[in-house]
Amino acid sequence: MAHGDGPAPAPGPATGPAPGAAVPGEPLLEVRDLVKHFPLTRGVVFRKQVGAVKAVDGVSFTLRKGETLGIVGESGCGKSTVAKMLVALERPTAGQIRYRGEDISRLSGRAMKAVRRNIQMVFQDPYTSLNPRMTVGDIIGEPYEIHPEVAPKGDRRRKVRELLDVVGLNPEYINRYPHQFSGGQRQRIGIARGLALRPEIIVADEPVSALDVSVQAQVVNLLEQLQDEFDLSYVFIAHDLSVVRHLSDRVAVMYLGRIVETGTDEQIYEHPTHPYTQALLSAVPVPDPDARSARGRILLTGDVPSPADPPSGCPFRTRCWKARDLCAEVVPPLDVPAVFAADEGPVRHPSACHFAEERKAVPSG
Amino acid sequence: MRNGAPTAGDGAPAALLDVRDLRVEFRTRDGIAKAVNGVSCRVAPGQTLAVLGESGSGKSVTAQAVMGILDSPPGYVTGGEIVFQGRDLLTLRKEERRRVRGARMAMIFQDALSALNPVLSVGAQLGEMFQVHEGMSRKAARGRAVELMERVGIPAARARVGDYPHQFSGGMRQRIMIAMALALGPDLIIADEPTTALDVTVQAQVMDLLAELQRELTMGLILITHDLGVVADVADTIAVMYAGRIVETAPVHQLYRAPAHPYTRGLLDSIPRLDRKGQRLYAIKGLPPNLTAIPPGCPFNPRCPLAQDVCRSELPPLYEVGPGRSSACHFWKETLDGAR
Repeated sequence: MAHGDGPAPAPGPATGPAPGAAVPGEPLLEVRDLVKHFPLTRGVVFRKQVGAVKAVDGVSFTLRKGETLGIVGESGCGKSTVAKMLVALERPTAGQIRYRGEDISRLSGRAMKAVRRNIQMVFQDPYTSLNPRMTVGDIIGEPYEIHPEVAPKGDRRRKVRELLDVVGLNPEYINRYPHQFSGGQRQRIGIARGLALRPEIIVADEPVSALDVSVQAQVVNLLEQLQDEFDLSYVFIAHDLSVVRHLSDRVAVMYLGRIVETGTDEQIYEHPTHPYTQALLSAVPVPDPDARSARGRILLTGDVPSPADPPSGCPFRTRCWKARDLCAEVVPPLDVPAVFAADEGPVRHPSACHFAEERKAVPSG
Repeated sequence: MRNGAPTAGDGAPAALLDVRDLRVEFRTRDGIAKAVNGVSCRVAPGQTLAVLGESGSGKSVTAQAVMGILDSPPGYVTGGEIVFQGRDLLTLRKEERRRVRGARMAMIFQDALSALNPVLSVGAQLGEMFQVHEGMSRKAARGRAVELMERVGIPAARARVGDYPHQFSGGMRQRIMIAMALALGPDLIIADEPTTALDVTVQAQVMDLLAELQRELTMGLILITHDLGVVADVADTIAVMYAGRIVETAPVHQLYRAPAHPYTRGLLDSIPRLDRKGQRLYAIKGLPPNLTAIPPGCPFNPRCPLAQDVCRSELPPLYEVGPGRSSACHFWKETLDGAR
């Protein structure tokens, strides 16, 4: 199979840890009970809080060295707010984000700056996330202005050229402006900027959703290649379940500010036990007309409730075909459901549903 | 591309819409962008034609030209025919064209929030159709608006008919767009990326609604999209566009099973799959061409793994590669056989 002439192939997967680096599998980032509420206020002079948009309402997960954690969910589920808190663009209302054991959510000043170097972000929209009045060289080199210890002044142009080469762009383009590039090329620039400080973790919020299919594959391959090359860990946030499956080792499904199910890609895609995950998977159009009749599509009724006024109990109960009285009263915890506790197979994974049961949602290819 | 006629020979019912060798260009300061370069396609009543392409492939411009809503200037139809129910729309006077548009053919846009008027209630916008085209009174028109809203599954339609577009969710707004398109009982609907802006669970609801209404009313549907998944779900026939040309047409099952054009093949191989983990994705190299400087020969040749000298000098015609199938590739046989 002849591959496209994208970036040069990776020098093979990283074998063993680089000197001084963490052991693979070691937890890098531990998020515990993360909460973000945006206050809703009324009045101009006498502002008073009348409520809160519960964008993120108790999210916990662990990111290990070298792995990709995919976070999926529909618009408004809080996945982007989680991303912003991870890179300290938003401060959590409550909860902890532990990076190598240290809670970084309350840091400030120099300590925060040091941590931020290691956790970088790639944004969704390659058209608005690059300053149109800066050259590509200045955009990718800007992180060095903030962290001059990484690259001394005289060395920066060379480093930027190297980065351009790494992401598959011609290093001669260093003096061009963002508008001279296509969408896919701009996303490569955004990725180069994310790599500039040699971070350990990259938080990528919908990095390929604005791109055309043929270009999307190039960028997805680049992300995989860079992970091998630089031993990166990714938090990959997307609404496209197929892309998430392709890239992720583990997946967390979010709904209305909470994680409702989490597990390996096989556990989530082949053996989902939460009704929302099942509905979400069954709704994805599969590029195979023969699967048309084979699929039992679960059609959800209604829309996602407002996070300013979420339902009591289970957040999904208003759209769930299995909801009973218990669901309105008790929030189901994100644990391995009791029915599967003794199971050895892949159904044994955390699912926040009182009535979890396995149901195949993806037509097998 | 002079073979608009021969493709009609497969006993298909009389076409509702027959586009022949359509050409559209945009005259800009930077030169002439050839957005549509000889597109021919047919849609029969009750049939769904999916036009698949990436941004800049000319799929939306084709739709706008058929609908007669091309921004002109800078866009101009420079050649071809758009035969709709036996009449070439391009020869009609403005006033006649206007009567066809809306009443006989209607369009659904991607972004309902910007396609609807934000300062008019949805009831007023739906009712306007009946007032203008059928001379109904405002009150009667409002009654019809409520019926339509119920028809497309908007809960509490009577209570919400006075609401404004921003008060509806994305999925509900798209339903209102569909209601508006259906209002006058058109024979052809053109849907330009109707579900791209929606979440998957809502997307499924809207696509199902559209397919159900189409079946019930035996309308022709042209579905313009970049999403190979959506196409596989609803289309009968697919036309794949690249650089303003149709490069392959085929019945949906055949196209997915055995594409006859390297571009189609590349697209199919470059999407990650939900139902399997897969290895590294195949990526089509390079970028789509600049429409002001389309490469000579086959427009796909700089990105094509099969390209030979002939591809750089000779524009491939649409070869008939099977019943109801055509491919604009010199090496369609090799492609069908699975070579890359």
